[in-house]
Amino acid sequence: MPQSEHIVTSYEDELINLHKAISEMGGLVEQAITDSTKALLTLDHVLAQQVREADKRIDGMQHRINDMAVSIIARRQPMAADLRLVVTAIQVANDLERTGDMAKQLAKRTVQIESMSLAPKFYNGVKHMADLVARQLKAALDAYAGRRPEDAIEVCNRDDEVDAMHTSLFRELLTYMMEDPRNITQCTHLLFCSKSLERVGDHATNIAEAAYYLLTGRHLAAEEQQRHQS
Amino acid sequence: MTILQTRESQAMHATMTPEPAGDDAALPPEPAGPAMSGRNVNVFYGQKQALFGIDLDIERHEVTALIGPSGCGKSTFLRCLNRMNDTIDGCRVEGTITLDGEDIYDRDLDVVELRARVGMVFQKPNPFPKSIYENVAYGPRIHGMAPSRTELDDIVVSSIRRAGLWEEVKDRLKEPGTSLSGGQQQRLCIARAIATRPDVLLMDEPASALDPIATAVIEELIDELRENFTIVIVTHSMQQAARVSQKTAFFHLGKLIEHGVTEEMFTNPRHKQTQDYITGRIG
Repeated sequence: MPQSEHIVTSYEDELINLHKAISEMGGLVEQAITDSTKALLTLDHVLAQQVREADKRIDGMQHRINDMAVSIIARRQPMAADLRLVVTAIQVANDLERTGDMAKQLAKRTVQIESMSLAPKFYNGVKHMADLVARQLKAALDAYAGRRPEDAIEVCNRDDEVDAMHTSLFRELLTYMMEDPRNITQCTHLLFCSKSLERVGDHATNIAEAAYYLLTGRHLAAEEQQRHQS
Repeated sequence: MTILQTRESQAMHATMTPEPAGDDAALPPEPAGPAMSGRNVNVFYGQKQALFGIDLDIERHEVTALIGPSGCGKSTFLRCLNRMNDTIDGCRVEGTITLDGEDIYDRDLDVVELRARVGMVFQKPNPFPKSIYENVAYGPRIHGMAPSRTELDDIVVSSIRRAGLWEEVKDRLKEPGTSLSGGQQQRLCIARAIATRPDVLLMDEPASALDPIATAVIEELIDELRENFTIVIVTHSMQQAARVSQKTAFFHLGKLIEHGVTEEMFTNPRHKQTQDYITGRIG
């Protein structure tokens, strides 16, 4: 539904600012995921440390967005599409904060893995996985910001790919561990990284679902379920 | 002559037991279908058309909120439901409005009886310049609902109780109704309206002149009254409509734009005009 402007301009500004804050936080988190993956794949200690620092900013953004949303609810009592924007802003900020934590986890592991020597083939799977979830996160945030519900549906449909890749990576790393028990420590670290990335995929799906609800007022998961039943 | 009987009085005739005041008096089963129904309702004030082909059902034991900008026709529609528009010169109502399936614009219908069955509460509390007791006793007395003083007492007390005012006025029933606070006066007017045991209660911005506490008391009361009555409320407060009603009807420029479940209307309205209005946008 196309949006007209609010009669009260300060209210309009508050909603725009809330939407902008989500975009800004989304940008920080995307960068954190990209950087942490890069740090992991290149064992870049400095970059990993930067990701850990950036996480504090991400946490601060979440608090700011929650405060903005609470203030709008208290003072403006938003309705309909405005209400959905405020409610989804809180949800999305929460998912972004958790995604930021995942980036921090990857960065922490980078520091732990740094001293070990790993064959590049171990990383290939993780790299593919990281590329896929980064694309998922970007697409979900774009759907939210660009107001396109069909993009949100695509993100949700692609989450199966992420899950499948995690399962195959699990098997692959298990094979390396069985081949040579000296690989166990490194591969276990990478397994945890894969799990973190898989969770980022889940958060991207949540964001896409929030985008769909924001834009349509309907719940995507429930609609999908109905479609399967009929 | 068609006389619309209240379900209460039907019960009296059926059982021949002169105990109309008791809340538990055996009532005949409620008819099926909506309590009130408007079909293709057009209203004209002289040459000017105020409502255009309104189709709206008022479901039993629900609160239906009528919302929309000033001059959209929501109060006009409300006033059609108990023929209050009859009192306005040059006002003409077309179409059909039924109460339990009976046409309320039937020529032979007794309008006084209709208004006993479809009570009304106004924006500004308007107690009669009489005692608290007399304010509530007036309706049942003129409608001959209470042959004895004891029965009248019962009706007055139970109506004031139902209006949530009893504890505050039980020791001052002889004091003038106008001596009460605004919120209490409004509840007195509600007690007066329900004393004739109406089926439907119309409320035209009943809390707009009240402070937040008195408003909350009225809203709580509306929720309780829903068990026994069907309520139609006109309100300018979106939040109030969202809080008290189960169904909401949005009027704009004399047309019914959207009507549906309140929760749905305030989270995901179907029409852009509804969305613009409830979110405070320039339409």
